[in-house]
Amino acid sequence: MIALEVVDILSNPVNKYVYLSIILFCIGVMGVLMRRNAIIILMCVELMLNAANLLLVAFSAYQGNVEGQMVVFFVIVVAAAEVAVGLALLISIYRNLSSTDVNLLNKMKG
Amino acid sequence: MREYIFYFLAFVSIISALMVVFSKNPIHSVLYLVICFFSIAGHYLILNAEFLAVVHVIIYAGAIMVLFLFVIMLLNLNKESEPHKPAIIKFASVISGSLLVLVLVAALLKSENLNLPASTHPSMHSIGMVKDLGKSLFTDYLLPFEISSVLFLSAMVGVVLISKKEA
Repeated sequence: MIALEVVDILSNPVNKYVYLSIILFCIGVMGVLMRRNAIIILMCVELMLNAANLLLVAFSAYQGNVEGQMVVFFVIVVAAAEVAVGLALLISIYRNLSSTDVNLLNKMKG
Repeated sequence: MREYIFYFLAFVSIISALMVVFSKNPIHSVLYLVICFFSIAGHYLILNAEFLAVVHVIIYAGAIMVLFLFVIMLLNLNKESEPHKPAIIKFASVISGSLLVLVLVAALLKSENLNLPASTHPSMHSIGMVKDLGKSLFTDYLLPFEISSVLFLSAMVGVVLISKKEA
């Protein structure tokens, strides 16, 4: 039965983190699909990045391997740069449209 | 004990992540995201990754979230400015998010190779400490470390150019 399998897999301690980061990632995906405010969408992207980071740290800690944590370090570095550029783009969008609604950004008919 | 801390932190992070998505006011979303990031830093702490926990709190809760708050207050978005959305889109996005969870969990259950040996408990070694991470960062990962400084410089120049009035 599938419930028994879930309980069995939860006995391995890494799997708890796998399930937690799956749930966090999917909440981020849900937010990107649901919201129209571009700032909230950017925050949900951060949430997805953090889910992936949590998984990397969990595997790295349980394997005794330092490389996963180095990757997380560089992901944090890149995320900081990404947020700065994204918010600057948002400010210039707001200057043109007086709104941060992504549904108004249809000038290119993409 | 470690188990109970894990379940408490997981509960806090999932609830606050849901509140980020579902709260109307963008300021509340940012504050819930700060709570979520603190709980993720707690996860890093119980995984014995202390350096990453400190870096995560400093960069995410200290820098990135302050940036978000500044932009929200600068653009005067701290009200329910979002137009009402048809309920079908909310329903569809909740359904598709849940389906994504279902697909990922099913793939995890079906895979037999993913049961990696969890032989070493995180508290048995000290790879998350500053000493080991620093040694690895300045020997094996020296080139990416230097390249990331160039990345920051270009991001800084790009941000100044983009957000300048009358470019």
